[in-house]
Amino acid sequence: MRIPVERQILSANDQVAAENREAFARAGVFVLNLMASPGAGKTSVILSTAAALPTGCRPGVIEGDLASRIDADAVAARGIPVVQINTGGTCHLDAPMVKGALAELPLRELDLLFIENVGNLVCTAEFDLGADLGVVVASTPEGHDKPYKYPGMFAKADAVLLNKADLMSVFQFDLAYFRRGLEMVNPNAPLFAVSCWTGLGIEAWVAWLMGRLKS
Amino acid sequence: MHELAVTQSVLAVALEAAAKAGARRITAINLVIGEIGGFIDDSVQFYFDILSRGTPAEGAILRFDRRPATATCRDCGSSYPVTLPLPATCTVCGGAHLVIAGGREMRIDSIEVDDENTG
Repeated sequence: MRIPVERQILSANDQVAAENREAFARAGVFVLNLMASPGAGKTSVILSTAAALPTGCRPGVIEGDLASRIDADAVAARGIPVVQINTGGTCHLDAPMVKGALAELPLRELDLLFIENVGNLVCTAEFDLGADLGVVVASTPEGHDKPYKYPGMFAKADAVLLNKADLMSVFQFDLAYFRRGLEMVNPNAPLFAVSCWTGLGIEAWVAWLMGRLKS
Repeated sequence: MHELAVTQSVLAVALEAAAKAGARRITAINLVIGEIGGFIDDSVQFYFDILSRGTPAEGAILRFDRRPATATCRDCGSSYPVTLPLPATCTVCGGAHLVIAGGREMRIDSIEVDDENTG
């Protein structure tokens, strides 16, 4: 006998993500889910963005990694409230992990919360965390073909940062080809070429982010 | 790698649906999966066989209804299914203005249960 089910496979995660979203709204905090390959520069993007925020915009960070506190220590060294989640081998953050971490953050004293997901261009796209925006960080050494190979990730992005843009010529990065791949799966996401090392493009990205935060 | 978490969710949803229907044994689970989700059928079945041991879903077969993504060319108007990696240009006219849609499904369509044990 066949019994119809018609449910999203990750409906249990989506339910907790909705609870997180409500908790963020109650606390009045705007939340970013940063997704990228390992080494694209997620932590650097967080630190560069936090440093460029207008006065009065208070950042906080949830760090997701398989293991270690390396990223959390780098964030804490800047005096930013941070909580580290160690997934113990799981290749992505999920909504319950984020929910568990919220109690350790002074949410009501924050305006902008960065959730740094585990470095992975596949799995992280599937798990809603309850964030307001999904931000994908790509980088020039990874190559310009990533939107064609990992369209699921780029299709979900509300914004894409291309980090290490100062090294574009070194890696013979074809920005037009990359942009075309992104627009093919996601015509609406703005693309910001940035360099956390030189500061290139950070101002434009933060200005866009502040616009979204206020709206 | 997210197959483990996905499989845990598949099992939980299926067991809940079976319990609600008063069924004692699940023989098959029908999944609808988009080609762009980047997940591997064999890997899900492998995890499922381990996770379902001792549950009413033990021995159940997972069936994957794979849904392709669709490319539509804004230059020549052609529309056709595509899989990974996505083409950079239209396979019909060579134009560089493709729009990709769909292929992101990830749902449980239905379960099949043993008639004799259905309460």
